[in-house]
Amino acid sequence: MESARAQARLNKFIMYLVLCIMAFIMLVPFAWMILTALKTNQEAISVDPFYIFPANGWHWENFATVWQSYNFLVLYKNTLLMIFLRVVFACLTATMAGYAFGRLKFPGKTFFFSLVLIQMMIPSQIFIIPQYTMVTKLGWLNTTMGLVFPGLVTAFGTYLLKTGYQGLPKDLEEAAAIDGCNIGQRFLHIMMPLTRSSMVSLAIFTALFAFKDLMWPMIVCTNSATTTLSAGLAKMQGQYGSEYPTMMAAAVLAIIPMIVIYLIFQKQFVEGIATSGGKL
Amino acid sequence: MNEPSKHKMTAAEKNEAKWALAFIAPTIIGLIVLNFYPAIDTVRQSFYKSGGLGRGMKFVGLENYAKMIQASETWQCLLNTVKYALVEVIPGVVIALILAVFLNKKLKGTSAFRTIFFLPMVCAPAAVAMVWKWLYNQQFGLLNNVFHTNTAWISDPKIAWISVGIIGVWSVIGYNMVLFIAGLQEIPGDYYEAAAIDGATGIRQFFHITVPLLSPTTFFIVQTRLIGALTVFDLMFMVMDKTNVALKNVMSLVYLFYDYAFTKSNKGYGAAIVMFLVVFIMIITFFMQKLEKKMVFYN
Repeated sequence: MESARAQARLNKFIMYLVLCIMAFIMLVPFAWMILTALKTNQEAISVDPFYIFPANGWHWENFATVWQSYNFLVLYKNTLLMIFLRVVFACLTATMAGYAFGRLKFPGKTFFFSLVLIQMMIPSQIFIIPQYTMVTKLGWLNTTMGLVFPGLVTAFGTYLLKTGYQGLPKDLEEAAAIDGCNIGQRFLHIMMPLTRSSMVSLAIFTALFAFKDLMWPMIVCTNSATTTLSAGLAKMQGQYGSEYPTMMAAAVLAIIPMIVIYLIFQKQFVEGIATSGGKL
Repeated sequence: MNEPSKHKMTAAEKNEAKWALAFIAPTIIGLIVLNFYPAIDTVRQSFYKSGGLGRGMKFVGLENYAKMIQASETWQCLLNTVKYALVEVIPGVVIALILAVFLNKKLKGTSAFRTIFFLPMVCAPAAVAMVWKWLYNQQFGLLNNVFHTNTAWISDPKIAWISVGIIGVWSVIGYNMVLFIAGLQEIPGDYYEAAAIDGATGIRQFFHITVPLLSPTTFFIVQTRLIGALTVFDLMFMVMDKTNVALKNVMSLVYLFYDYAFTKSNKGYGAAIVMFLVVFIMIITFFMQKLEKKMVFYN
């Protein structure tokens, strides 16, 4: 008995040890990013022996400098607006289509739903060149609409919401039908509010995807006044790649908003990813 | 209510169908305009050569494909992509599984660990890549500094692909782990209790209960991550400078596509590369489906 308890304690110790080592590895890049951002360039490239903390004061002003010289306010605004519009469009179109596929009967349902499934299976790179041509023809290069364009509808979201609607009980809707509600009213007032968790998952997923995407904003918004945080970083790196504190301050500024949102809505993030299991 | 569909539609059914079609219209029209037409157009463009300013498109038949198949860089990029996928997916899944099993043991501080591991998931890969590039810096980077080495982490062709793969692993562990935890919570506790009575210890429980019962989750993660890794772009684009001598040993197929279609403005050739990628991914998906039937244990 005694040895079993000792064994259990040893197991626990090993588990904690592994978890702590991994947590340390996960956090080092973040720590180094912030610490570098607070140094002067001279300190950052000093190899003597290892200069962990800034020696001559913490240069918080690096953030202010980067904020101004790279017009971060504009990047924030562009990114936020793009995310907002993408989330609105995705949720709106997907909840409507999801309701129809999940709960209504209509001719051609199997065929139309197979279009949704096929889109999910095709690698999205195949859409990019013609999408770019369309955005060019519409005159949407270097505009928010250009950034939002490929995300106006979502096959993945439709699939996710369809599953959500299918899981709801039948009686609620039947009762409402007897009370004389038409399909639109039943959808809007009874069914849609019940799929809130699926909607939240889709919103988080869409926001994360839009925030992280690099290739599309680089293609359609080549002007740094119209582009997003991700593509803005790529531009800055091309120009000022060897000013390490500047680059790290820019990276911190670019990831802070999503980290704050994540820390606030952690439960929704984790559940959203776990239940939707979308590919990011 | 559930009559066969052969009969004439009643007024109520017609009404329902009208609503349904109106509800799916935005999505279906959107999918056709934004996805299905572009997919077909990409196939078409792969048979054309785009002129200098993208104006004059000239039909060239299979020329793009012939050129692509003969170019050694195509095969090199395919090899790079596969190597990256192996380096990212296998360790990414194994480490995430171990962490998930530990975090599922109801230890103290579980939620803090989970928060930390998931953190890279909410960061833009562009920023992540910049930080790692700085850590890997040969002259001033933290890694060479701490280990007193002088390794060219990202410009030595022999190891650069591993270095980039490590960034990929670091980035996806939290995502895989969250999916594993969700899968673990669906395994009924009775299995473990029964095993404990029979004297099966932790490691035997892991291999005889956890691994088989978790196989649907594992398979799902491997499949989604594999396709994600095979279409990698951001990390390589941000970490590898244009002048980096190891670039050609790291560049992925999607990067190659981007380079031709948008940097060199050769849309036709870019389209051919996309077709190559799509066919490759379809083959992989096909084999994964075959494998699923053999390996996955569905309860």
